[in-house]
Amino acid sequence: MGRKDKIRSWLFLTPSLLGVMAFFIAPFFVVIYYSVVNNPVQHEFVGFSNYVRVASNEAHQLAAFNTIRFSVTAVPLAVLLSLVIAVIMEAKLPYRSFFRSCLLSPLMVPVASIVLIWQVLFHYNGLVNESLEVLFHMSKIDWLKSSHGQIVIVLLFLWKNLGYNMILFMAALSSVPADLIEVARIEGAGKGKIFFSIKLRYISATILFVTVMSILNSFKVFRETYLMTGEYPYDSLYLLQHFMNNTFVSLDYQKLSAAAVMMFLVIMVLVGIMFVTEDRFDRDMEE
Amino acid sequence: MSVRTFEDEKRSARKRILLGRRFMTFFMTMILLLFSFLFLMPVIFTFTNSFMSASEISANYGAVFATTQTGGKVFVSRTVNLKFIPDLVTGAQYMTVLLRSPSYLLKFWNSVIYVVPIVVLQLFVALLAAYGFSRERSFVKEMIFFIYIILMLMPYQVTLVPNFLVSQTLHIVNTRWAIWLPGIFSPFAVFLLTKFMRRIPLGVLEAAKIDGAGEWQIFSQIAMPLCKGAIASVAILIFIDYWNMVEQPLVLLDDEDMHPLSVFLSKINSGEISLAFAVAVIYMVLPLLLFLYGEDYLVEGITYQGGVKG
Repeated sequence: MGRKDKIRSWLFLTPSLLGVMAFFIAPFFVVIYYSVVNNPVQHEFVGFSNYVRVASNEAHQLAAFNTIRFSVTAVPLAVLLSLVIAVIMEAKLPYRSFFRSCLLSPLMVPVASIVLIWQVLFHYNGLVNESLEVLFHMSKIDWLKSSHGQIVIVLLFLWKNLGYNMILFMAALSSVPADLIEVARIEGAGKGKIFFSIKLRYISATILFVTVMSILNSFKVFRETYLMTGEYPYDSLYLLQHFMNNTFVSLDYQKLSAAAVMMFLVIMVLVGIMFVTEDRFDRDMEE
Repeated sequence: MSVRTFEDEKRSARKRILLGRRFMTFFMTMILLLFSFLFLMPVIFTFTNSFMSASEISANYGAVFATTQTGGKVFVSRTVNLKFIPDLVTGAQYMTVLLRSPSYLLKFWNSVIYVVPIVVLQLFVALLAAYGFSRERSFVKEMIFFIYIILMLMPYQVTLVPNFLVSQTLHIVNTRWAIWLPGIFSPFAVFLLTKFMRRIPLGVLEAAKIDGAGEWQIFSQIAMPLCKGAIASVAILIFIDYWNMVEQPLVLLDDEDMHPLSVFLSKINSGEISLAFAVAVIYMVLPLLLFLYGEDYLVEGITYQGGVKG
């Protein structure tokens, strides 16, 4: 490709680049600026003191801990379970497309109805407690107001996202070349071996992709949490977004900016790790 | 006295395997059936409950929202009954929503006004960008794409301040543009479509070039049609995302008459809970139609995808 083509390919990028610059990147520099001044009026440089203020803030520590704990449980579960379901679906089962539609249906339900139903299910006198009492003689738990609160949110997250993850995996699994598997079978590889050393390696890129989508969606679960439990939920449900939201409401822009920059850095490291991992996978595939 | 021959042995072994396989199929189907029911339950539940009378709804679920309800004289049972079949099937809620109070329809219309331009224009901008990212790959572009992914992953609460600042500078707070513009330039669709476009074999595009097609022709007549499935599936995802938006309007629009129905629905739990289900069903109709129409695209559209970088 000549220079002209290069310039043309940049022309295609231009509208998006301009928009992203204006609405996401440029204001983010303002946020970085806010995070190192004392307040939006005086503009006095204060170094990292806002960051220290955020890092030593107990509410922020709790929120960070809860958010990490949630993501570390929910994301791997979402990836693993959807892969298992996709593998089950791969077998020629009857009513396959019906099951597929059912598992995707949570995507359609408005957030507010989900919240309503979840509240009804996990209420102190709700269906979940009643059934657990009858089936396992467990004593009642006030789910959303206890240390078990995260279980409810994890379940909600899984319920909402397993379907989409599953079709991503189904698509990937069906694109594994059939002759590759045939050769392995002829050479005496068992089902397990075919799955782990051929299929899993072949769909490694999709596994990463599903992970990214799951992380993205794991941050979105805040909306449901917020609608169910309000601005100040039980300790175990207090997420980073609660912290930011409340800081926004109290107009402490410096603190909020510092927290935002910190979160940006963490996500950057995460995505960086995934880039490197994918490079490894690519090399692995080429061998 | 018959002697079991080798043939008999083989036949019964085959029978056992077949039986085992049948059992496995049955077992798996049962598991999937259970899953399907669990996943479908909220949809069914919302639908059937939308035909319940107001008094029955407050009797069944009042306990959940007792703290938020302003003390009226309604009977509230202590237990919460999750009921699938209403005692009395009535269309009263729908009557209220559709005919008696036009504010719901107005808000529904608001939702449409916000979401449709965002879906169409975000797709258009993203298609161009995806093409730009997948043609002529370079280090600089990889870095920009890296930043796009980070921006895409940021929770809305992180972009809240930047978003608000820009809207203030552009004097678009309290106008529809405050919702439209950030939506149109969101990196989400760029990410998904780039991943798809990069899977198009280079040979296809180069062949067109040798035949004398310009970049725009290659884009609009080859790359775009090849992405049809992906475009449809991304469109559904964007639609659902913005159809359910709550935070953006709350932060950027003071005027409640401009809020989409999703914001109103999210507050319904503390107000007219008896209408909640009927409004939810009405709100589900569009996504459902889109879904029924596009489910196959949703499945087929991602066949080419993989990886973070594409």
